[in-house]
Amino acid sequence: MAKVLVVDDEPNIVLSLEFLMQQAGFEVVTAEDGESALARVEEGPPDLVLLDISLPGISGFDVLERLRGDPTHARLPIIMLTAHGREVEREKGLALGADDYVTKPFSTQALVEKVKSLLAEVS
Amino acid sequence: MRSDLVVLGVAFGYLALLFLIAAWGDRRAEQGRSLIGSPNVYALSIAVYCTAWTFYGSVGRAAQFGPSFLLIYLGPTLAMLMAPFLIRKMVRIAGAQRITSIADFISARYGKSSSLGALVALIALIGITPYIALQLKAITVSHAVLVNYPQAADLRLADEPFWLDKSFWVALVLAVFIILFGTRHLDASERHEGMVAAIAFESLVKLVAFLSVGVFTVFVLFQGPGDLFARVAATPELAERLGLDAVPGGATGWVGMLVLAFLAFLTLPRQFQVLVVENVDERHLARASWLFPLYLLAINLFVIPIAMAGLLLMGDADPDSFVLTLPLSADLQGLPLLVFIGGLSAATSMVIVETIALSTMVSNQLIMPLLLRTRRLHRSASGELAGWLLGIRRVAIVLILLMGYLYHALVGDAYSLVTIGLVSFAAACQFAPAMLVGMYWRGAHRRGAALGLIAGTLVWAWTLLIPGFAQSGWLDAGFLEQGPFGIAWLRPYALFGLEGWDIYTHSLLWSLTANLGLLVGVSLFSRQSPLEQTQAALFAEAMHPHLLQTSLWHGQTTRGELRALLDRYLGTGATARVFADATSREEEDAAAPASPNQIARAEQALSGALGNASARVLINSVVRGEALDLESILSILDTTSETLEINRRLEQKSSELAQASEELRAANERLRELDRLKDEFVAMVSHELRTPLTSIRAFAEILRDSGELPEEKRLHFLDVVVKESQRLSRLIEEILDLARLESGRLTLNPQRLDLVALARHSVDAVHHMQEDRGVALEVAIELEEAPVIGDPDRLEQVIINLLDNAGKFADEARPRVRLSLARHKTHYRLAVEDNGPGIDAQERERVFEKFHQIQRPEEAPDKRRGRPRGSGLGLPISRGIVAHLGGRLWVEEAPHLGGACLIMELPEAPPATGGEPASAVT
Repeated sequence: MAKVLVVDDEPNIVLSLEFLMQQAGFEVVTAEDGESALARVEEGPPDLVLLDISLPGISGFDVLERLRGDPTHARLPIIMLTAHGREVEREKGLALGADDYVTKPFSTQALVEKVKSLLAEVS
Repeated sequence: MRSDLVVLGVAFGYLALLFLIAAWGDRRAEQGRSLIGSPNVYALSIAVYCTAWTFYGSVGRAAQFGPSFLLIYLGPTLAMLMAPFLIRKMVRIAGAQRITSIADFISARYGKSSSLGALVALIALIGITPYIALQLKAITVSHAVLVNYPQAADLRLADEPFWLDKSFWVALVLAVFIILFGTRHLDASERHEGMVAAIAFESLVKLVAFLSVGVFTVFVLFQGPGDLFARVAATPELAERLGLDAVPGGATGWVGMLVLAFLAFLTLPRQFQVLVVENVDERHLARASWLFPLYLLAINLFVIPIAMAGLLLMGDADPDSFVLTLPLSADLQGLPLLVFIGGLSAATSMVIVETIALSTMVSNQLIMPLLLRTRRLHRSASGELAGWLLGIRRVAIVLILLMGYLYHALVGDAYSLVTIGLVSFAAACQFAPAMLVGMYWRGAHRRGAALGLIAGTLVWAWTLLIPGFAQSGWLDAGFLEQGPFGIAWLRPYALFGLEGWDIYTHSLLWSLTANLGLLVGVSLFSRQSPLEQTQAALFAEAMHPHLLQTSLWHGQTTRGELRALLDRYLGTGATARVFADATSREEEDAAAPASPNQIARAEQALSGALGNASARVLINSVVRGEALDLESILSILDTTSETLEINRRLEQKSSELAQASEELRAANERLRELDRLKDEFVAMVSHELRTPLTSIRAFAEILRDSGELPEEKRLHFLDVVVKESQRLSRLIEEILDLARLESGRLTLNPQRLDLVALARHSVDAVHHMQEDRGVALEVAIELEEAPVIGDPDRLEQVIINLLDNAGKFADEARPRVRLSLARHKTHYRLAVEDNGPGIDAQERERVFEKFHQIQRPEEAPDKRRGRPRGSGLGLPISRGIVAHLGGRLWVEEAPHLGGACLIMELPEAPPATGGEPASAVT
């Protein structure tokens, strides 16, 4: 069973994503900030990360950069989640190596599809 | 008899009008919209030539000597015909050399000799004083005639003490008027636009007045010119008197008078002033060269008819007063008054210009050179020098008029108006050789000019001035007939046995012969100094300045000295530009010798500001290591003060510009910053709105798509949707509040209220909320009442927000919050503290920034789950509301619980006036 790491500082958003991923048949781990997200990855590498950008402490971009900088996680699929609708941020995320970029509020169905297809691609 | 009061009132009214015109002219000049930029005004101002002497005296002279008076006006006409080359050259030289008076002109020509300038000033002072006396006499006599008619005015005044003498008071009033008029500010170019405007106006007044009398005489007293001339022809004695043969001295008298008037027109200080110094545009000369003679023609048109009529009708009355007594004899009211004003205008215009010109000479050529010998004054700032100059000029004005009065009181009665005037003319003519020869002959030498002037003036004094004193009884008149000590060839009116000439031609011949002879003779045997050579060339070639080569400097000076000189006269900015190409290494070495090129550039820069001559002198003073000589300082003084003033204005303007552009830059910066803040705000608002929306949409879709859900989960999800919707609404409310606060549109409803009651009410409102989270809420209020002015709803919102925040950040395990209210001087302070980790000192202001979220990095992240998040707008809004109510809101360390403490301070409400009780919140 594929493992999805959900990183967001909004408890309700984490709750919804957790439910959606579980419903889609994935194992879910969660983190509320960047540091704990990195810790979760070290504890047991997930198969995919849903990563919010504005996190307390180190930001989603920082987390993305560190993961991409580590060869073991260079190919880990990462979908950025953000409440910032600005194009620059989207480009920045993609430039840093994110696989996809989803703007809040998002369509739950589309998000689940994206996660599924990315996981299929990797395997 | 006419009311003296009316006459005086009209006279003072007229002077006040003149003053207004002058003030207006000066104002327009300052605004750069010159009132006198017209050849007509220039021509009219030259008509200051026509003084009271013209106005009253021409008729007097015509009655005595026939048409010979016309020669006094033919001379100037001749001069104006020569204006295109003669006067134009004077104007051009004066402009280039920044000449302030005829004394300055002559001094400048002869190497800026201060002694020559002083000599000219002194001669002018002596020579012109009788002329000023003449004007005082004319005003006094015309006033007496007007007031006393038909009784003959008793004009004997020697027996009266001076304070009963009207002339004395006339002199004083004029002195005050001229001081107000001519020395209001120091104009370095000695241009007085206001004065010129007023003088031009006066020329119109006297012309209109005189023409009125003429028309009245010819067409009212007689039936036209035919009638008048027929009546004269019927009286052979009269007809003969008005014939051409009546000129004193015959043919030589004609020539003498013509030359006298021609030269005096160019050399009288007041004529030089209006003709040359006050000329604003060389091109005005073209029209003035025919308009001014036309003016002379007009004002002389009726002289002979009035003289004839006076002789026919007035019998043996004083011919100098015919202009006034003719209309008076017809029992008219208005016309005599107009004539009096016309005479007054003729007299005042002359006195004003002459006195201003003389006082300028006295201050610049006589007094300042003496003062400059004291080094203290030399070093003082230009502003102080300007003050000195004005002070000296004011004193000079008073003294000149008092001298005029004294001459009038002591000598005046012995002479007719014309006689006095001609004595002054002859004195002014002594300047002509030095001035005119100097303009065309480069060889004219300063020693020759000085000796010629002295000799000519001595001859003038002996042949005209001293005989005048003798005739008025102050000297034994015997020497007039026998000569001094019986030496017949020294008889004043028959020098060297030259008899049968009229006294003026006689005096003019001998004085000019001596003057010109010495000038030419001495010059031929004298060597000029380099400066005088330069000046002579500049004068002689004034119309072709390009013919003059700027000689290269061979002298030695240091860069430092050159730089100091330029700094002093041009200011640091211009100096820096002159030395712009000097490398920094060179600049440091102030003791290094300046290159000829640098010296030449320095001279060019100085010339641009001070004129060639002054620049040459200044450069000369440093290049040769000589101290700046007095005459140079003096001549440069005026221009320097002007240059500094212009520089100062320029610097002021450029600093104003710099300031304006700095302000613009800052405003632009502020706008950019505001724009950036607005963008940031919009981004943050969008971010904050998207967050609850995301949860709402996600759960709504889950509820829609997930089919059967456990009831517990379904309710939980619905609850999230409702809570997040509420959060969204709250957020929108807060954003709107903030927008209103920032745009100043927040409507507050300030009223007198009791903060104690409001605080308790707010505590009740959050009580259950606090209980839910287990927060221990402590209330410490010892006051009975705390009246403040505020909006109860808004203040409650603030207090609840503070309590809410405190609850959120209180210690996790044993959360405690304490609300206290106390009086502090004239304010009440409501403090809400918690026992949380507190806020770092550097973070304390940031919590009031929009969307600022208080970070608590040391807190374990999972512990925050379930903790309500704020929007980050509560504190900024609270602070805005409190500030609107005249209070303050800030963060401190909690004194009792150790966490953060937010303090709201509001001013105590003034005691209730209308017995209205402090309203508690309902």
